[in-house]
Amino acid sequence: MRQISFETIVSNVKDMCILANHYLSNDMCSALEEAVEKEKSELGKKILNQLQENLEIADKEQIPICQDTGMAVFFVEVGQEAHIDGGLLTDAINEGVRKGYTEGYLRKSVVGDPIERINTKDNTPAVIHYDIVAGDKIKITLAPKGFGSENMSRVFMLKPADGIEGVKEAILTAVKDAGPNACPPMVVGVGIGGTFEKSALMAKQALTREFSARPTIPWVKDLEDEMLEKINKLGIGPGGLGGSTTALAVNINTYATHIAGLPVAINICCHVNRHITREL
Amino acid sequence: MEHKIITPITKEITATLHSGDYVFITGEIYVARDAAHKRMNEALDKGEELPIPIENSTIYYMGPSPAREGRPIGSAGPTTASRMDKYAPRLLDLGLKAMIGKGKRSPEVIDAIMRNKGVYFAAVGGAGALLSKCIKSSEVICYDDLGAEAIRKLYVEDFPVIVVIDSDGNNLYETAIKEFNSL
Repeated sequence: MRQISFETIVSNVKDMCILANHYLSNDMCSALEEAVEKEKSELGKKILNQLQENLEIADKEQIPICQDTGMAVFFVEVGQEAHIDGGLLTDAINEGVRKGYTEGYLRKSVVGDPIERINTKDNTPAVIHYDIVAGDKIKITLAPKGFGSENMSRVFMLKPADGIEGVKEAILTAVKDAGPNACPPMVVGVGIGGTFEKSALMAKQALTREFSARPTIPWVKDLEDEMLEKINKLGIGPGGLGGSTTALAVNINTYATHIAGLPVAINICCHVNRHITREL
Repeated sequence: MEHKIITPITKEITATLHSGDYVFITGEIYVARDAAHKRMNEALDKGEELPIPIENSTIYYMGPSPAREGRPIGSAGPTTASRMDKYAPRLLDLGLKAMIGKGKRSPEVIDAIMRNKGVYFAAVGGAGALLSKCIKSSEVICYDDLGAEAIRKLYVEDFPVIVVIDSDGNNLYETAIKEFNSL
């Protein structure tokens, strides 16, 4: 068993919270930069330029890119040969979130109970998804998720007879309904197959995939291309104020499903699609 | 068209603003979002006074991140306005003139905007670092216990917004999307 200390997890998670809220990944930065050139609307171009300026200010002055620094969502791959020394992994992750959000001047946006709605004041608890894998490492991906776009996400339980055309319609419906509320240009994460909750989880995880890492299944890759083109023809544009840049990417994950079902989940993310990964 | 306006925003000012115009706002504006609206609504239900002077006021739907030392505010971009739709018509009828947020509004809010000659502006969502640079001072004036959701008074200089719904009810979200739709 390889030992990884509780404190190592805490300090890494803390740093990840702060970094993810001040810097976008390289693929997101490039996609936003390229969008300025391609955008057909003048107002749209102006907004995309403001987003560039926003990223520069966030970096230079250490102001979070967006005030909604999100609920902290984690995907954690735990190697079977790794052992956390000094406490529970979940506690270590939450302690890292607590420190990151408090010491990093990030907004505390979590309420402890969905109806009573009292702010927990340290942005915990995080939402953590674990996967047990081979090896002795722990790979942590953090995706702080803002709720302007989260609120516009959908799960459709389609019938097998709806087929790929039904899937396309579901994606377009979700994006159209989201419109300006989701702070376009958006990134669209899609999960097709599995069960109700598996499709939603795949859609969320798809948002953390690098744009250059394309699907190996030919129809999935084609569907990503086709949907990106169609979404950008909707006219929603930057800020929802009209234009040709409505989405920067459509990332689709798929899984086996039941003979009676075709679940499709669409998790929408704004242009502040934050994610960061570390392997410990 | 571009405008530079100074608060308070009156109906004489809103009459000059048209859907699609770019506007720079200078002056005092208030900040309130979900929890503060709920509380203001409850205060009105009980017959109590509102905690802000509502006549010709501007409310920015926003919840900032904490300010670093020596700065007035942290990241400060708009939040989704539709969550305030339930409360906005009542406030507009009481004198609220301008709202700053992002995203669609309900038909009830659009009616109330037209009835009261108000205006709905969008600030660029997700540009919280950039927008914070136009905020020169920020003071929590009530509901301190709500943290990021407390009511604040801001002084802004050339705060950039776009007229989405004007006092005649024209809606940029609908017209602009149609213009660029090619599907």
